Amino acid sequence: MTDFIIAILSTIGAVAIFIAAIGIIRMPDFYLRLSVTVKAATLGSGLLLFSLAIFFPQVSVTTKALAIGFFLLLTAPVAAHMIGRTAYFIGTALWKGTVRDDLEGMYDKENHRLRSGGGQDAKAEQDGKKNTNQ
Amino acid sequence: MSLSLYIDYVILPILAISLLLVFIRLFKGPTVVDRVIALDLLITIGVSIIAAYSIRTQQSTFMDVAMILALIAFLSTIAFSFYLEKKERND
Repeated sequence: MTDFIIAILSTIGAVAIFIAAIGIIRMPDFYLRLSVTVKAATLGSGLLLFSLAIFFPQVSVTTKALAIGFFLLLTAPVAAHMIGRTAYFIGTALWKGTVRDDLEGMYDKENHRLRSGGGQDAKAEQDGKKNTNQ
Repeated sequence: MSLSLYIDYVILPILAISLLLVFIRLFKGPTVVDRVIALDLLITIGVSIIAAYSIRTQQSTFMDVAMILALIAFLSTIAFSFYLEKKERND
């Protein structure tokens, strides 16, 4: 019974990782590659580590496997957000089929801060700031 | 079909093929950030291979390596993004 559960979980995990690998090859754009990779690969390795935790009866090994899975689950979105932000700053090109870019003009190029709010208001605010600076 | 045979003939080949596909992107990648996420994915697949191998051989020794690999993946991605952004800011 335990073998059966482990077989099912590890199969789902391996297939998710395979989907991530196909996605990083086939997707046309860095941002699409990032969004495919991080989610699917985190799910896959999380499931494989969970099946490892089921397989071993010792508490120490189970705790270690769950800790690695929790660490991956915690750090993967942070790393993905950092690298995506950097890619936007260094001007990685968007795919030509991209419909809209919500971040366009919202990042301050000097101090790398993100401005929130609607595009029109932000532009008006920026113009106002420029006028006061002059 | 026993569990070790199943892992030998199904799980580990799937993971190995995924490693090859990610290596293609690591060599090809048009920009440096593509290579960074390919490296991150390689290390994540490495952690999964260590998990499958530990189930196969019933030894839990390799799990320390998996923990260190997960740590290195996070730190390398953070360091790469930090320095790439810093380089852009100085230019």
